[in-house]
Amino acid sequence: MKKIALLLSIAMLALILPGCGSSKTKLYVYNWGEYIDESVISDFEAKYPDIKVIYETFETNEDMYTKIKPGDDCYDVLIPSDYMIGRLIDEDMLEKLNFENIPNYSYIDDKYKAWDYDPTNEYSVPYMWGVLGILYDTTKVQEDTFTWNTLFDPKYKNQVLMKDDSRDTLGIALKSLGYSMNSTDENELKEAENKLLEHKDNYFGIVGDEGMDMMVEGDAPLAVMYSGDAARCISENENLAFAIPEDGTNYFVDAMVIPKNAKHKKEAELFINFMCETDTALKNVEEINYSTPHTGAYEQLDAERRNSFQYPGEDVLKAADVYNYLGSKEKLRSEIWNDYTASIAE
Amino acid sequence: MKKKLGKFALIFPFLLWMVLLIVVPLFLIAYYAFTTSDGNVLHFTFDNFKSFIRPNFIKVLIRSLKLSLFATVICLFAGYPVALILSGNAFKKKALLLVLLLAPMWMNFILRTYAWLTILSEKGVLNSLLEAAGFNTRSFLGNEKAVVFGMVYNLLPYMILPIYTSISKIPHSLIEASYDLGSSSYGCFKRVILPLSLPGILSGITLVFVPGVTTFVISDYLGRGKVPLIGNIIEQQFSSGIEWGFGAAISIIVMFVVILCMRIINKFTDEPEVTLL
Repeated sequence: MKKIALLLSIAMLALILPGCGSSKTKLYVYNWGEYIDESVISDFEAKYPDIKVIYETFETNEDMYTKIKPGDDCYDVLIPSDYMIGRLIDEDMLEKLNFENIPNYSYIDDKYKAWDYDPTNEYSVPYMWGVLGILYDTTKVQEDTFTWNTLFDPKYKNQVLMKDDSRDTLGIALKSLGYSMNSTDENELKEAENKLLEHKDNYFGIVGDEGMDMMVEGDAPLAVMYSGDAARCISENENLAFAIPEDGTNYFVDAMVIPKNAKHKKEAELFINFMCETDTALKNVEEINYSTPHTGAYEQLDAERRNSFQYPGEDVLKAADVYNYLGSKEKLRSEIWNDYTASIAE
Repeated sequence: MKKKLGKFALIFPFLLWMVLLIVVPLFLIAYYAFTTSDGNVLHFTFDNFKSFIRPNFIKVLIRSLKLSLFATVICLFAGYPVALILSGNAFKKKALLLVLLLAPMWMNFILRTYAWLTILSEKGVLNSLLEAAGFNTRSFLGNEKAVVFGMVYNLLPYMILPIYTSISKIPHSLIEASYDLGSSSYGCFKRVILPLSLPGILSGITLVFVPGVTTFVISDYLGRGKVPLIGNIIEQQFSSGIEWGFGAAISIIVMFVVILCMRIINKFTDEPEVTLL
């Protein structure tokens, strides 16, 4: 018995030791799930043989925040969204980037720089962007123009897939009432909540990522969706189409940042720079269907994709709201959202 | 003295487990529930509990208890006969039946629940069959029935197994004695088997009712987010990352409600050794 135990421990040590003994620098990268062409990571490791990338993924910005907030996990590169970067900057959790180490930053189109969350471009390098819109089944939905109110039209009873995300859902209702998606006014938020509850008979479901499957299968005719996810659904079901509501939408960006407690800032900057090489950026954008801020990659995309809803005109983007971190007002929005969730079934 | 030390050494791993994974987390939950921080100063507060006292939150809690109770009753009435048959000699292929019962539990719970979407959705397997047979297609998901169905499907084995174990432990001589004394088979069931299987029934009820009250995956998938249970509300507080105190407070409220429910159930039995709490 003792011999078996000894053998087992030796076997386990043998498994662990190569990890400890290697002199490679471990670079911890934390990104959204299914948000990279994985071959890019091995390309990076081939180019920089001294670095081993430990790649991990998260489901929501909030999951990521919860994981990194205590500070015991030392990630080197994070790729969260706009408002979350705003929060991380606000809480002094990000390191300023040294752009001398990121020469490829020049490829990022100026129109995707200077966001509200990082107005002086000191902390972040845009990775992908997109807009919120309505994915619909062309065999069941015929509309000349789409607004957010289309979702609340009584003729679509039990046909609309809503998102189980508070920013998007409250944002839609606010926008349909003519307010900003970032509203922190209690009356406006109450009005938005009441509007959402008033039309709850229209909701086929309130879902997360499983909504994509439902649209591809043809279970539901209308869904609130991000442009990148919509493009993926359309590639799997050609009856689907995407519309950007005319009353204005949300315009978001996910960007690469380095947290304060990163152990390998220099290697992290190498990684960010590598992600901004034209070949890498092209590989990524072709894999994941979102929109690229990279001029080099954009020019090499086929014309069909460049002219699609994935690259809407300047006017659409100008009219769109970018989510902001709302500081102490987040609590109010969270209370409204709790109240909405608890009332949805009555 | 030496003997005592030996006993302690044996129980030590479990004690460590209990303290690290049960006692410490409970204290953490209480800590979050009863404190609030403005800036860096911690305050003791009941606010997190007070904010729960609103009609819509109470309704969600009552709905969770109600749906879980339905599921528990269905599991009990569907599960008891199965446990009885399994423990008797009438059924030859007992091992096969047990494997059939346990096999789904070897698969991931979320995956099994997700699989029902493919079967029950509007364009799903069941509706295709209905259509082929000339019936109208129906919407099965997104309502309370679907959630109860999901609970019964996932939790039925947890009702059957403890009842099966307690019936199997009944000495055969007791059953023979009841027949010798002139009991009918119904009388034997009512006066011997049922009372002696009560401990199994009670653990079965606990194992089904408690996970049923707190589930959030089943209501997310089969309820399509339209039948929120208290588990969904709790999960939302932690996944959105800003209302941990409120989430912790609801968890504590649910714990007390569940303990209260179990006490009521235990009132039905007067045998002290089967009392669960």
